[in-house]
Amino acid sequence: MSESSGRFKPGDRVRVRAEDRPGHIRTPFYIRGKTGWVERAHGEFRNPESLAFGGDGLPKRPLYLVGFHQREVWEKYAATKDKLFIDIYEHWLDPA
Amino acid sequence: MPRGHHDIGGTTRDAGPINRAEHQLEDWEIVADAVNQALGARGIKRTDELRRAREQMDSELYRSLSYYERWIASMESILIEKKILTHEEIDRKVAEIEKKWGEP
Repeated sequence: MSESSGRFKPGDRVRVRAEDRPGHIRTPFYIRGKTGWVERAHGEFRNPESLAFGGDGLPKRPLYLVGFHQREVWEKYAATKDKLFIDIYEHWLDPA
Repeated sequence: MPRGHHDIGGTTRDAGPINRAEHQLEDWEIVADAVNQALGARGIKRTDELRRAREQMDSELYRSLSYYERWIASMESILIEKKILTHEEIDRKVAEIEKKWGEP
């Protein structure tokens, strides 16, 4: 597990890809297209999108803990300080 | 692509209230968990495969089943997909058990 192999580092602004495709996707629908920041790099893990269909999950993919402001995720969210953290694989993220 | 029936965060679809009461696991639920562990230990299935099987289920069926019923359904479909068991073998065994113990 290498912590520095990914293209993002803590503090980087990232946008979740707004893709909609079939398969086993671990990126929640409601967070696609939203912008947040990398809170932490978890290291690299086998890709569940391949493992789910009997694949070997290789190459391993960097996984990040990504933070979002709730008020930016939900249109009617009133509180200003609440945050949301989601584990998201690198191939679902673009620089923002 | 329609949004998966497992991925309902933020939708207005009523998933029903969450039952927060403490509850005892039924015997069959403990067995379902054990079978799942055994299939994993033998390298027959991965958790990701079972999740995918649950996501692929008929949506009406998915919503009508309880947590461990979904587990069992997904184990069945993966075992059938991998040609380890057939529908007929499973149905035959279920009929045998029901004959001996009565229907659940």
